[in-house]
Amino acid sequence: MTDALLNVTGLSAVSDREGGLPVLRDVNLSLRKGEVRGLVGESGAGKSTIAKAILGILPRTVRVTGGWINFKGRDLLGMKPPELRNIMGSEISLIPQDPQTALNPGRRIGVQLADGLRLKRGLSAKAAEARALQLLADVQIRDPDRAMASFPHQLSGGMRQRVLIAAAFAVEPELVVADEPTTALDVTVQKEILRLIRHMQEVQGTGVLFVTHDLGIVAQICDSVTLLYGGKVIEDGPVRSVLENPQHAYTRALIAAGPRYDRPDAGLEPVPEEVFRALRQEIGIR
Amino acid sequence: MIAISILNRLVMAAVTLFGVALIVFVLLRVVPGDPIAMMIAPGASPADILALRAKYGLDLSLPAQFGVWLQAVLIGDFGTSISLRRDVLELLLGRLPATLELAFAALIVAILIGGTVAVIGTLSRRTPLEPAIDATNGVLLAVPDFVWALALVLLLGVFFPIFPLSGRIDPTLSIDFVTPFYLAESLVRLRLDVFLDVAAHMVMPVLALALPLATVITRILKEALLEAMVQDYVLLARLKGMSEIRLVLQEALRNAIGPALSLTGVQFTFLVGGTVIVERIFSYPGIGNMAIDAVINRDLPLIQGLVLVFGAIFIVINLVVDLLAAALNPRLRHG
Repeated sequence: MTDALLNVTGLSAVSDREGGLPVLRDVNLSLRKGEVRGLVGESGAGKSTIAKAILGILPRTVRVTGGWINFKGRDLLGMKPPELRNIMGSEISLIPQDPQTALNPGRRIGVQLADGLRLKRGLSAKAAEARALQLLADVQIRDPDRAMASFPHQLSGGMRQRVLIAAAFAVEPELVVADEPTTALDVTVQKEILRLIRHMQEVQGTGVLFVTHDLGIVAQICDSVTLLYGGKVIEDGPVRSVLENPQHAYTRALIAAGPRYDRPDAGLEPVPEEVFRALRQEIGIR
Repeated sequence: MIAISILNRLVMAAVTLFGVALIVFVLLRVVPGDPIAMMIAPGASPADILALRAKYGLDLSLPAQFGVWLQAVLIGDFGTSISLRRDVLELLLGRLPATLELAFAALIVAILIGGTVAVIGTLSRRTPLEPAIDATNGVLLAVPDFVWALALVLLLGVFFPIFPLSGRIDPTLSIDFVTPFYLAESLVRLRLDVFLDVAAHMVMPVLALALPLATVITRILKEALLEAMVQDYVLLARLKGMSEIRLVLQEALRNAIGPALSLTGVQFTFLVGGTVIVERIFSYPGIGNMAIDAVINRDLPLIQGLVLVFGAIFIVINLVVDLLAAALNPRLRHG
């Protein structure tokens, strides 16, 4: 691929806490410039582990046992900490999951937003502040002047997530890792936030790795999707083909398990036990 | 809002002081020991003794004595010291500044030492230094102020006689002070020689008072810092390329100070209580030292006055801590 931004190849990792249990099994995935890829799976499927591995913030208990994470032709896993620090927050940034805890409760929004610009783009305090104000307007915060001077607790959850999106896109990164950025929000706010991420991504031409457990969100925002189970890639492809023509029984069952808005009385179908059994056998768990 | 809550606190303070005064008043008159017995000359006639008792109001009933005392206090008359034969308020005001200078110097030293060790401990987490700091601090946490005082006397007074062992100032140096705040006044008047002498006299008592508080600050602040360091906002700041020391000082510290502050306030009141014994050890002329003499001499009016002063100090400390907590925490500040 000529315009590949990120290539994860054969990534494997084990958790030392769980006695060397594999948490990633030979994962391959790629992301082109300007592409939004959903990284989907249930809890423990390994989606967050992949995101953390890319950001270089894996917990000490998780050990990478093989594979590469290639970002613009350079292997992130083999990089020295100073080099990694240069890339993180500059070429790669993160939209965190919980807007309640991701902003420092003791500092004003404006200075927090300006941090990245000053540290990574070398802007003066004044220039960074002006840019921060512009960013708040970009993420459609009413009264950005007031938001700049506010403390996090004075903003709603949705507003805080907008601020965090502004912070992530502030440095105009090439890759944004969005770690379930709407999980902690109301459904109504969720939709606006998704639209906003998509909008910022389109304007800046950013590649986004969108971690979520919700196929509905994938259908709304993603171009392509990688579905994981037990640390293994189960299905991979453009969103439309995966959702409309799933190859794997687990994917089909997952799609069937989702609520159907056209048939609200149909009830929810849990993924059948035999699908899980076959899946575990295929991957080689227990 | 704030005016009402301060008014509220002032009323509570008055009630508290009244309660403290009442308890101490009753206790002092119930426990054995007679101040008059300690001051009469040998061979005094029973009539003389009775006259003396009447002079200090000790012939009245207990409630009547308290009533007389309280009435006088309300118009600023704390009575006359039985042992020193001088106005109690005058004595207190003369001695209080020495103790205030000592206590505040100790507080600042404790914050500096405790804060520094906590930050170093946080920066060195997951290195062998961290358990070493924790273990040392854990042991020192159990050392009370008077043990520090005796150890310091031995170390800095006897083995390496660097600092003066007792008193507040070299008598030959005395400039005619306008206020009893020797340390502050010598600094304002730019008398560096006097300032250094007063400071040298304070080193050991200040350390003895500060070190127990410093260990407490270290423990609480480090815990709060470690908790803050694993928050998402620190992770995000780290991703933005903030250095580890800036993460601690800029991101974590301001959120860790709140929890540490209220306990530091409580511990500071213990420090003020500790001045009694520490001032005694170093013959430091503050109200703590005076309190011991007052108790030995059964100087009831002076003890009463001292208790009120200590009570007032405790109340003020708690008030200041609460105001500081509100000022530091944006969530409290903005309702």
